Amino acid sequence: MENQSCVLIQTEWDIVAARQLGRNVAKEVGFGTVDQARITTAISELARNIYIYAGEGQVCIEKIIKNGQAGLRIVAVDKGPGIPDIRLAMEDGYSTSGGLGAGLPGVKRLMDDFEIDSSLGSGTEIKASKWIR
Amino acid sequence: MRIPILKLYNCLLVSIQWELDDQTALQFQEDLLHKIHETNASGVVIDLTSIDFIDSFIAKVLGDVISMSKLMGAKVMITGIQPAVAITLIELGISLNDVYTALDLEKGLEKLQQELGE
Repeated sequence: MENQSCVLIQTEWDIVAARQLGRNVAKEVGFGTVDQARITTAISELARNIYIYAGEGQVCIEKIIKNGQAGLRIVAVDKGPGIPDIRLAMEDGYSTSGGLGAGLPGVKRLMDDFEIDSSLGSGTEIKASKWIR
Repeated sequence: MRIPILKLYNCLLVSIQWELDDQTALQFQEDLLHKIHETNASGVVIDLTSIDFIDSFIAKVLGDVISMSKLMGAKVMITGIQPAVAITLIELGISLNDVYTALDLEKGLEKLQQELGE
């Protein structure tokens, strides 16, 4: 996994660090400005969710290649309380923190692939990838 | 770091020049409202030309400060939203409805003066 870099999320400054890392990797992979903005925004949403709901966790950015196509994968992991109702959390406008409720459904739209795995009491893992078109 | 807020005639002028962290955004919200109160400004232009992404938190802070300013009698104009920012905001599901916008600072100031003149 030499193509992976991670940021520990413990404070709101780490959210800034995670998206800066993401933007740099997105540039290296060769994404254009719009995709860089999509990736940066997605990382910001995922990192903020960790900070707000789990308190701490990790965001990793990986360079990936599949069938000769280059891409970037965000892996956001925490050992927080988990998401009680994933379907509800994926609904636009749903938030338990007074936010806009745009985070998770937004990330799914911004990225090409999106996987979420969460269990109550043991944490949440979200993987989201974007491919160079 | 605080975002500078300049007074220009009856308006306030804000140009956000670096990536916003949460604390700076919230501080800006408070600073802007105090400045409106202090200066009696009837309009505000917030220029986002240098901003290359807006996430849902920053969008909420921006939307809130626009509503708060409105409560205090000041109209807010957002200018300089980059193509990538417009695309990601809408994909994220945030439309910032009922917000006055203009392509750049110059057009924004003109449009705001027209709005205020009516």
